[in-house]
Amino acid sequence: MTFLQFLITGLSLGSVYAIIALGYTMVYGIAKMLNFAHGDIIMVGAYLAYFAMGKYNLPALVAVMISVLVCTLLGVVVERLAYKPLRKVSSLSVLITAIGVSYLLQNGAQLLWSSAPKMFTSIIPPNTIRLFDGQLTITHLSIFTIVVTLAIMIALTLFVNNSKMGKAMRACSEDKDTARLMGINVDTTISVTFAIGSGLAAIAAVLYASAYQSISPTLGSMPGIKAFTAAVFGGIGSMPGAFLGGLLLGVIETLVKGYLTTQLSDAFVFGILIIILLVKPNGLLGHKYSEKV
Amino acid sequence: MKKLLTLLLAVLLAFGMVGCSGNNGGNGGEKATAFKLGGSGPLTGPAAIYGQDVYDSVKLAVEEINALDTAVKFDLNFLDDAHDPEQAISCYGSLKDWGMQVSLLCVTSKPCAAVAPLYDEDNLFAITPSGSSTTAISIDNNFYGNVFQMCFTDPNQGIASADYIADKALGTKIAVIYQDDIDYSAGIYEKFAEEAAAKNLNVVYVGSFQTGTNEFGTYLQNAQAAGADVVFLPIYYTEASMILTQADSMSYKPVFYGVDGMDGILAVEGFDTKLAEGVYLLTPFAADAEDDLTVKYVASFQKKYGRTPNQFAADAYDAVYALYQALTNAGCTPDMKGSDICDALVKQFTTMSFNGLTGSGVTWKATGEVSKSPKAVIIKDGTYVNAE
Repeated sequence: MTFLQFLITGLSLGSVYAIIALGYTMVYGIAKMLNFAHGDIIMVGAYLAYFAMGKYNLPALVAVMISVLVCTLLGVVVERLAYKPLRKVSSLSVLITAIGVSYLLQNGAQLLWSSAPKMFTSIIPPNTIRLFDGQLTITHLSIFTIVVTLAIMIALTLFVNNSKMGKAMRACSEDKDTARLMGINVDTTISVTFAIGSGLAAIAAVLYASAYQSISPTLGSMPGIKAFTAAVFGGIGSMPGAFLGGLLLGVIETLVKGYLTTQLSDAFVFGILIIILLVKPNGLLGHKYSEKV
Repeated sequence: MKKLLTLLLAVLLAFGMVGCSGNNGGNGGEKATAFKLGGSGPLTGPAAIYGQDVYDSVKLAVEEINALDTAVKFDLNFLDDAHDPEQAISCYGSLKDWGMQVSLLCVTSKPCAAVAPLYDEDNLFAITPSGSSTTAISIDNNFYGNVFQMCFTDPNQGIASADYIADKALGTKIAVIYQDDIDYSAGIYEKFAEEAAAKNLNVVYVGSFQTGTNEFGTYLQNAQAAGADVVFLPIYYTEASMILTQADSMSYKPVFYGVDGMDGILAVEGFDTKLAEGVYLLTPFAADAEDDLTVKYVASFQKKYGRTPNQFAADAYDAVYALYQALTNAGCTPDMKGSDICDALVKQFTTMSFNGLTGSGVTWKATGEVSKSPKAVIIKDGTYVNAE
């Protein structure tokens, strides 16, 4: 029974990782850059929802919508100001810029909202379902988290496979120059990708903060790194890969903590990542591209 | 345009450099009238509540002392180290440039451990109000001898906690959740485990986490599955508040027992203080005590800052007054060198007895450890009440 309990905890943690990993993987697939500021967008999303609900007493749904909207805008603005001017230079410069943006957001949040942690009230009332004579307790929040993640995954897959913008995204991810020749506006496509990724980050933020309550300016760094790992685990650039990677990472982390060791849980998780990458260098569901030299 | 920007940036940087070094003037020329008292603590960052309490209390003590008609006066310079060892070291650099003569070291253990060797090297006297780890005053079991503690040490807290849980029979099965990447928590846990074994306490679950952990459900599920009815939390209040909230959401209601790091939990913004009802914690100071010193202190602290001081504040207040007493007894004057003051103070601290908020007849060993006894309080109706 404890196994089932851990599995559910792991799935709901993994769902959050999966949503964040989707943002990483989409941006990587299309803009070919690692957006290390992604984790800090999550932090901003959590604070926005916190203030919307706590200070202005808005209903949870409105708070989430505000958070998604502002994060989407923030993602696009960051892309336009910090990354777009660097599109022609080496990817290393963009990477360093992303780290810079990450620190800018973190320190900005410290200045604005102080670094003392704040307690986030869950958007879902803290009720539980009890099964097997109360041996298994499932919070409504974990069910909600898993369902939301599934819904996002399905919606996103449909969008990328069927819509015009989705097709443009896939074209850009395969070959930006050819896509431009075919009349696709690459800049707009990249902006839309950032917008979607950041919007998802805001949803992940609310789910994450609802589950673990305490929010601080460094909130995003750990889930950000874990989700990045999940994206690589599943095969960076692949959406189903990010989803699978996120869920697996959450479950493995929880099971290792529950059964083996709490001290070395992260070492185990990253150890598994290394093994997977040794066996499958492109991740679980990653594509193998042969590069022309 | 780009060139212009680069130039502008270069000029700004150059001015920045000049600005940094322009700080240390004014030392030596005129005759000093007050001891330059330095220190750093987390005024921002995840441990900011501790730093703020210490800083506010130090300001209060310094103001009181400077208003007295006695020879010893302080000139305070307290910097923000954000609970970061590297930043604490750069704070030390700024303080030295400023001409610091005596110091309150740092507020939290890790920064203390990082800067203490520098105080040893430069032979400057330091007393930390709240850095409770032994690594704050020693390295590889070699005690610096000129770095002292005002709060009781971690090993002490671990032993006292195990004794209290055993003597008061708070529960039969005990779980421990601690943070293994900070000396503070790991140090308390180590001694607790030894003493618990000696007292035949039944420890059924031990879980450890690292900085940045938010998910405690797994730990609590394991503790609950093991049937623990007491959960010992030798950790800081940030994680403790998450553990209390997450335990509540899974309807797990054991007795939670914390140490000094738990102090501050009632001040976490948005935290439902009802969840902390019945939590035990070790502290040398209870704001509801009725002795004259405590009553007077609590009243002036409340008047100045509008909140009730906790043990960090009390330890900080005591640290400043202990310095005051030692400087007065030693007959030190502000024109003395920091190193000479240090030698005189070490002699005073190892021989004097001090009466303060956190204990009377407080003495110090040559190692820098304080001798005073911790007591347990319980949280009732959002305030601390003596648990005895």
